[in-house]
Amino acid sequence: MADTKVKAASKASNSAGKAKPTPKNSTSKSNGKAAVSAAERQQPEPVEAVQPGAEKAAGAKASKTAQQPASKGSFPKETYMTWFESMLLMRRFEEKAGQLYGQQKIKGFCHLYIGQEACVAGAVSALRQGDKYITAYRDHAHPLGLGTSPNAIMAELFAKQTGCSKGKGGSMHIFDKSVNFIGGHGIVGGQVPLGAGIAFAEKYNKTGNLCICYMGDGAVRQGALHEAFNMAMLWKLPVIFVVENNGYAMGTSVQRTSNVTELYTIGEAYDMPSEPVDAMHVEEVHNAVARAAERARAGEGPSFLEFKTYRYKGHSMSDPAKYRTKEEVEEYRMRDSIENVRHTILTQGMATEDELNAIDEKLKAVVAESVEFAEQSPYPPAEELYRDVYVQEDYPFIRE
Amino acid sequence: MRTIQFREALREAMSEEMRRDPSVFLMGEEVAEYNGAYKVSQGMLDEFGAERVIDTPIAELGFAGIGVGAATNGLRPIIEFMTFNFSLVAIDQVINAAAKMYSMSGGQYSCPIVFRGPTGNAGMLSSQHSQNFENWYANTPGLKVVVPSTPYDAKGLLKSAIRDPDPVIFMESELMYGDKGEVPEEEYTLPLDKANVVREGKSVTIVSFGKMMKVALAAADELAKEGIEAEVIDLRSVRPIDYATLVESVKKTNRMVVVEEAWPLASISSELAYNVQRYAFDYLDAPVHRITNADVPLPYAPTLIEAALPNVARTVKAVKEVLYRK
Repeated sequence: MADTKVKAASKASNSAGKAKPTPKNSTSKSNGKAAVSAAERQQPEPVEAVQPGAEKAAGAKASKTAQQPASKGSFPKETYMTWFESMLLMRRFEEKAGQLYGQQKIKGFCHLYIGQEACVAGAVSALRQGDKYITAYRDHAHPLGLGTSPNAIMAELFAKQTGCSKGKGGSMHIFDKSVNFIGGHGIVGGQVPLGAGIAFAEKYNKTGNLCICYMGDGAVRQGALHEAFNMAMLWKLPVIFVVENNGYAMGTSVQRTSNVTELYTIGEAYDMPSEPVDAMHVEEVHNAVARAAERARAGEGPSFLEFKTYRYKGHSMSDPAKYRTKEEVEEYRMRDSIENVRHTILTQGMATEDELNAIDEKLKAVVAESVEFAEQSPYPPAEELYRDVYVQEDYPFIRE
Repeated sequence: MRTIQFREALREAMSEEMRRDPSVFLMGEEVAEYNGAYKVSQGMLDEFGAERVIDTPIAELGFAGIGVGAATNGLRPIIEFMTFNFSLVAIDQVINAAAKMYSMSGGQYSCPIVFRGPTGNAGMLSSQHSQNFENWYANTPGLKVVVPSTPYDAKGLLKSAIRDPDPVIFMESELMYGDKGEVPEEEYTLPLDKANVVREGKSVTIVSFGKMMKVALAAADELAKEGIEAEVIDLRSVRPIDYATLVESVKKTNRMVVVEEAWPLASISSELAYNVQRYAFDYLDAPVHRITNADVPLPYAPTLIEAALPNVARTVKAVKEVLYRK
């Protein structure tokens, strides 16, 4: 990924969290394929008001999930506590990673997930062991959510031998086979056919498992996505495609990349069940992924979910994000996905403020420990250079 | 020994490996119901069914990537490109995904996949259908690149490529699919990293691979009439390259001519010349010479093709030059 600064003034197209709370079951009947005027694109619709893809994809269930209040309370305390802990771990980890990047302890490119945590946590709770995960280079949170040791991820960011990719991948190439996390890919959209192929193997082997394939909103303009969508749908591959629409492909707002700005409608071009999801609410993410998983496991093939989310930080650490206003960022912070979970836990009496603070303290300690682990770990020695390039152990490299 | 066509040898290699290992499958344009654009996969759909012999839409980037994803998740795909000219729209998945998976995952995920199909000119197809990218792929660590020249080699090398744990580029030729050659009934495989000294000689070393081997061997026949004994080496694989066999030969003959279908700049022949000057400098009695495609896109007209491609006359002339003979 190039990291040049881009000047732009457009606002984010995705409407995550911008919606005012709407009454239950007030789903819109609007047609998802209807032309969106330029004016509408400047003023995106609130996510709750537009759910045509959901209706198409999930029939009667869609209306129940159109507003987050309808979902609240339908999950047990354990789920909320798991979400809270998992999402807060991602947040604390990324905050620390950003800080360490500023201190030059972490080098290379570093893309933070802060603000988008529900996109992972809600999927992990809806899927099962054996399901495969793949994403692009904003990839620290996915393995954290799956249970990869923060030590191994932090050590990878530090380029240490104890990192999950032995210091060979760095921030953009976190992999952890033990939790079925198949990377961490650096070419925008390149992971989309890979995700379809991973799902192809699951179908070929009749495992009943699926692949969830994440991408950013920049990826939907790549040809690779369209070819993969077409074949995945043609062959009914068990894959859930997810676009984490944070509104900006690096510095270019969604509106500046296409006339088609409701990204989920791209799936409809391939007759793929597609729906927008308010991904500032982890319950919505869970429900949408659960519906897509049911379809995938029933042999009905892929789904395309547009997670409307937001990243609080720049595209990467070198991006001051001058293409958006402070007010816009603040508006999203007001609807923070972790705060939403915390609010539900407290108002429903699942835990006390003190208990949640104790969890936070514990997670800060976990992250601090990961930093210590990474600091103390050795860099890979020069002998590692020729390892892990070929499986063939005696490959005859050209060495002068 | 029985004689079969090049395409039959490839088909036998794929079919035998698919019988042997259920994780092997074939995917590409027209491979199934059409029985292969060049009839390489004829009858395979009937034997293995639509789950393992899979027609794709014309979407090389997409199905190459699906193959890489499937390989990363435990299968052993054979991805057929109708020609390697079309692999350019898929090259991101070959270079950035297949060749990098093992390394960037720190050895957690390998990618045992074969990309195969014809390379090079195939007779008056003009510039977009007449290109050689052996050197492009060979430049990339993480890949192996195999270019067979006979039905026997094609079968033995393809079986090894399918069994190989790393990604392999396997390059054939439309102009060779009908070639006949001896192929034993019994099973055999050939190593992916050993050159083949096809013809022994002491006057000069002629090195080539793929269908240019025909030019090299025909040139050697011509030269023999004049008492020049050429040693002819078929590289078989251009990544890795069996430099040892090459250097050993040059130490004996003191002269080398390379015949290659690709363009000259940064080609396999450049690499061979570098290696020989580096490791056999004191043995060389003449500068290394090479015959390549002319440094232009290959045009349509037969006169221009004749002027562009390596041929026997140019090779014979080059050999005489390194021998300082008229």
